[in-house]
Amino acid sequence: MNVRTLLLPLLFAANQGLSQGFAGLGTDAEGFAVPAPNPVFDFPADHGPHPEYRIEWWYLTATLTGADGADYGIQWTLFRSALEPTDAVGWQPTQLWMGHAGLTTADDHFHAERLARGGIGQAGVEAEPFQAWIDDWAMSSSAGVGEDAYSALTVAARGAEFAYDLDLQATGPLIFHGAEGFSVKSADGQASYYYSQPFYEVTGTLTLPDGPMEVTGTAWLDREWSSQPLSPDQTGWDWFSLQFQDGARLMGFGLRSETRANYTSATWIAPDGATTAYPDGALRLTPLAMAEVAGRQVPVEWRVEMPARGVDIETTPLNPQSWMGTSFPYWEGPIRFTGSHEGRGYLEMTGYD
Amino acid sequence: MTWAAISAILAHWRRHPGQCATLVLGLALATALWSGVQAINAEARASYDQAAQVLGQDQLARLSRADGAPVPLDTYIALRRAGYLVSPVIEAEIRTPGARLRILGIDPLTAPPEAQAPALTGGEVAFTDLLGTPGRLFVAPETAQRPLPPDLPPLILAANLAPGTAVTDIGTAARLSGQEDPSYLLVATRQPAGLPALAPDTFRLTLTEPQSGNDLARLTDSFHLNLTAFGLLAFAVGLFIVHAAIGLAFEQRRSSFRTLRALGLPLRRLVVLLGAELTLFALVSGLIGIALGYAIAAALLPDVAGTLRGLYGAEIAGQLSFRPAWALTGLAIAGLGTALAAAQALWRVSRLPLLAPAQPRAWAMATRQSLVTQFGAAGALALIGVLLALFGSGLIVGFTILAALLLAAALALPGVLIALVSALSRFATTPLREWLLADTRQQIPGLSLALMALLLALSANIGVSTMVGSFRTTFTGWLDQRLASELYVTARSPEEAQDIRAAIQDEVQAVLPIIAVETELLGLPGRLYGIADHATYRDHWPLLDATETIWDDIAAGQAVLVNEQLARREGLGIGDMFPLSPDWALPITGIYSDYGNPEGQAIIGLALFGERFPNEPQLRFAIRVPPADAPALAERLRGDFNLPPGNVINQDEIKRFSLRVFEQTFLVTGALNILTLGVASFALLTSLLTLAGMRLPQLAPVWALGQTRASLARAELWRTALLAALTFLLAIPTGLALAWVLLAIVNVEAFGWRLPMQVFPGDWLRLGLYALLAALLAAAWPAWRLSRAAPSDLLKVFAHER
Amino acid sequence: MMRGTPVLHIQNLHKRFLTEDGPLPVLRGVSLGLEAGETLALTGESGSGKSTLLHLIGGLDYPDEGEITIDGAEIGALDDKGRAALRRDVVGLVFQQFNLIPSLTAGQNLSFQARLAGRHDPDWDQTLADRLGLTDTLGRYPEQLSGGQQQRVAIGRTLAARPRLILADEPTGNLDEDTGDAVLDLLLELAAETQTAVLMVTHSRRLAARLARQVHLSHGQLATPSEESAAE
Repeated sequence: MNVRTLLLPLLFAANQGLSQGFAGLGTDAEGFAVPAPNPVFDFPADHGPHPEYRIEWWYLTATLTGADGADYGIQWTLFRSALEPTDAVGWQPTQLWMGHAGLTTADDHFHAERLARGGIGQAGVEAEPFQAWIDDWAMSSSAGVGEDAYSALTVAARGAEFAYDLDLQATGPLIFHGAEGFSVKSADGQASYYYSQPFYEVTGTLTLPDGPMEVTGTAWLDREWSSQPLSPDQTGWDWFSLQFQDGARLMGFGLRSETRANYTSATWIAPDGATTAYPDGALRLTPLAMAEVAGRQVPVEWRVEMPARGVDIETTPLNPQSWMGTSFPYWEGPIRFTGSHEGRGYLEMTGYD
Repeated sequence: MTWAAISAILAHWRRHPGQCATLVLGLALATALWSGVQAINAEARASYDQAAQVLGQDQLARLSRADGAPVPLDTYIALRRAGYLVSPVIEAEIRTPGARLRILGIDPLTAPPEAQAPALTGGEVAFTDLLGTPGRLFVAPETAQRPLPPDLPPLILAANLAPGTAVTDIGTAARLSGQEDPSYLLVATRQPAGLPALAPDTFRLTLTEPQSGNDLARLTDSFHLNLTAFGLLAFAVGLFIVHAAIGLAFEQRRSSFRTLRALGLPLRRLVVLLGAELTLFALVSGLIGIALGYAIAAALLPDVAGTLRGLYGAEIAGQLSFRPAWALTGLAIAGLGTALAAAQALWRVSRLPLLAPAQPRAWAMATRQSLVTQFGAAGALALIGVLLALFGSGLIVGFTILAALLLAAALALPGVLIALVSALSRFATTPLREWLLADTRQQIPGLSLALMALLLALSANIGVSTMVGSFRTTFTGWLDQRLASELYVTARSPEEAQDIRAAIQDEVQAVLPIIAVETELLGLPGRLYGIADHATYRDHWPLLDATETIWDDIAAGQAVLVNEQLARREGLGIGDMFPLSPDWALPITGIYSDYGNPEGQAIIGLALFGERFPNEPQLRFAIRVPPADAPALAERLRGDFNLPPGNVINQDEIKRFSLRVFEQTFLVTGALNILTLGVASFALLTSLLTLAGMRLPQLAPVWALGQTRASLARAELWRTALLAALTFLLAIPTGLALAWVLLAIVNVEAFGWRLPMQVFPGDWLRLGLYALLAALLAAAWPAWRLSRAAPSDLLKVFAHER
Repeated sequence: MMRGTPVLHIQNLHKRFLTEDGPLPVLRGVSLGLEAGETLALTGESGSGKSTLLHLIGGLDYPDEGEITIDGAEIGALDDKGRAALRRDVVGLVFQQFNLIPSLTAGQNLSFQARLAGRHDPDWDQTLADRLGLTDTLGRYPEQLSGGQQQRVAIGRTLAARPRLILADEPTGNLDEDTGDAVLDLLLELAAETQTAVLMVTHSRRLAARLARQVHLSHGQLATPSEESAAE
């Protein structure tokens, strides 16, 4: 879940114009840590927050099937954005928090947003026992003693018209993107720490305007933190998480540039969790159909090709209008795909203004 | 034909530039006073709206502690974590000697959209600057001009903020005020799906529904209604001028109109032309009036601002901003005024018989029948007023009574004047005096509109000055009772307070703590005081009603005192149980007067207060010392404890300050009073000028029978003086009735206190002299012209050509 | 008062009016005399200056040249006050219209000048009211009276003050012929009884003929009718 690294700086306009990060340096000009290659992760501490980095998130998407047989999708995200590389207590904030929740049906797309400052307890993340929360939205570990905190989670959120409450059980290990979790974001070298838990089985309840709906399905959790913004020429990205019927998974993104060829990156995840990282160019993303969404043209159907794995598929959204009209708007919703492979996944698209 | 007609119609104004000026000036004056007052009201309302909109309290409910204490931070977080969309606000006042600033700290991250966190979402200020240290303060440009406390964060100007208020991030507010817990929480109108309804009790909070219109608007309503009433009065008086000027201009052009009609100008076109002419006048005068009104408003606004600050603590901008809507209303009012004043004249023209001789007649000659009708209407209005006074209630009813009263007096005036003059003429001994009185009597209908204007102005003057005078006398006496202690000290910390007390304990007669909390009394903001058991209160407290054992009960913590406005508002009396919080009530043992304070107030014993509010810091106290020793002690305290001058105040200073606030409160009323009287005199002048031309047939025979023009001119002066004097005599009872309504009905409704009425005959005498002077000034010019009239003008009366 | 006592003497009277075309001479050397009880009709065309002459005699306007002596007093020397006293005490004025004070009743109008002059005699008022047929109308206001009634009140008012000289300017000009004749008859009858001199301006030769003497004003100068006929 690549380029979202760069979402928060854009969101909080104040953080625009940060000094460019350089791979290999420990900190940037304002005292923030920057990702370095060959990371060594320390769990459970790294499941928790990293206030010394500018931006970080806990990003969950789930493709669900209701008791009525219909497709559903949900999103639960907690973003952290640092004003200073410290964690202070009190009203004077050094850390800001933003929660996004989405619920997609074939006919509707609901979304909600919450903002909070750190230091007063309204929002935050604790590594042990793991819980991430903003207001009454929460993602907490229900894992047993000795298990990875992410191996079992409960997730809940609530908007003006919807709510959901889900139990997640991981059926595979954590996987790491890029080089052992060091994920490069552009040819200029911007990078983040990036790992995922893509193997969740989900059960739970959606609360829709018409009433509750029992659901089951799969979910994907992304964890990522960094301090570096997009390259100046980069205008947005298209991100896919795909689950194939054989249990393999694919994470791929394309980063659109005004002046250069798109930068792509992908991670192939075998059913047992073994990963193969693919560099720029291995993944090809081609828009097939546009739809008018929130007054702009957005490519809602795609051709996704990765010859190295024999992947040549076409994606269609559950709901082309899966628009997150939050303070920083973007498209995020469940998809299905056919072609060389069949399956379900999630699509995120930003930068379509 | 049309062009010829236009030039014939307009030629009149070239030949009578004075009349043209009178018409324009009259209309401009009427428009100016009305729209000036409207401008002031609009400015003030805009300020209140800004104050209200800052945090959307006109749309958002609030959660706060019943005892007025801040909401604990934990409670706020608990509410958020339960899913409720509430947003914290820290409200604090930073005071330094000579400067104060209200700080509103909001959380832009959780503030509901209705709170319109102003300008915070704009792109001018970087988010990091706003949320970081030192942060930023958003203030109105006017606030930035005022003296402000030192060491503030950088100011950002934002146009739509209330004066005297700074909006900032809650983090900055917490740092500036030292307050960590939110003062209250804003509740978003739309809460998430599926949450149980918010139960404030669970969190030990109370919910205040959004205030439609805000507290300030409600509190100051009476004041603005007052201004509006004055503006309307001035407008009505101004219309008398316009009516007279238009009447004269049409009367003088009667023969031209007839000639034009005879020459073939269709009646409709004539009326349309005259209408266009009047529209032009309305437009020009309206524009002048708006300019004048703006000037009046700009001149009065600082006083109004002072009044509102002193009386209600309401901050309004001292600078007038120009509002196009207001200017348009001003023009509309000018047009409406012209239409009202010209309706009669235009109707006459439309009925003008083509062939009747062009013989001027007293157009305002009222028949006995119309006098009777007027008198009947006056009686009916007076009856309505009395019935309303007996059975009605509310501020609007109060002002309706005032309107009915004034209108009744005005309508009755011509009849009463005729009766008085008739009665006087029985005592006339010389033929000349007989004639003078008979002629005066006959002139009354023609002058009645101007005299009504004078009556209204004089009555308003007497009424308002009686009210203000009564208020002043009562207020001064009340201050003496209420401010019995010699010195009032405010410490900067509870420790300092302790030190000061310890230092002076032995050399003063008593140290009396003054301690209070802001709280809600029966649902509205108010204050609860703790009071020591001391002779200072037992002997001096201004009680209106009390039980025998009042002070013992208070000292024992078994009773409560409430102020008059609270008692009146809630219909409370001695012995009623007064709920101080949902689970706490005490019997009322006394009701005391509390002038100059719009809010409710209650007092309990000091010991009980300490039990109930143990955390309330004890900072202020009153000191009893022999008055002669007070200045020296004050000086010593300031020196020994390095207290700012404003923290040690002696009784005299407070009294002086209170009285200054009081005087300022009625400054505007006084200014409007004088303006109204001026306009009324002008109305009289124009009416006399209008009548002067028509009076020659009345005067010429007397002249021919052996009077000099000078003696006739003197007679004219006498006549006007007589009418003014009689009108003034009638204004006294009218004004006193007005004062009674103001004191017994309007004040009670508006402020919650009733004052004993006192009369000030000395003031009347002075006003009577002013009125006489004004009337004589108004009559002087027409009289002077008469004394210089050419004999041929007088002789024309008897000749063929008339 | 004996007939033969001179009441009015006019010597070489000149009066010009200022107009837009320059001064317009109205009276050019008029001389005239009148004795107690004598009645004189002054006739002339419209604009011949007869009203002007009357106004000059009544002290209502000022001559440019010449002398007017009334009852032995030269009025040219009188100031505004003196002229007011003259109008009040010595002469009585009757105009064509608007003689009466609108705010006073007929009765009050009748006695007004006499009271001003300090010569009020209620009995004489009553006599005059009877003679003029006004007894029933004394309580009414001028606007409630007919034109004939108004002129009778005006004449009564003049006579009530017992002036030496009555100056009447077309006193019947607004009345129909019969009413006018009746009013004039009354005036002449009462003037004769009280030995009051009457100078009446009229354009009607018929009415003029009813007075003892007639003079004709033409081009600002006087001519007696006999002289005129002689000239013819």
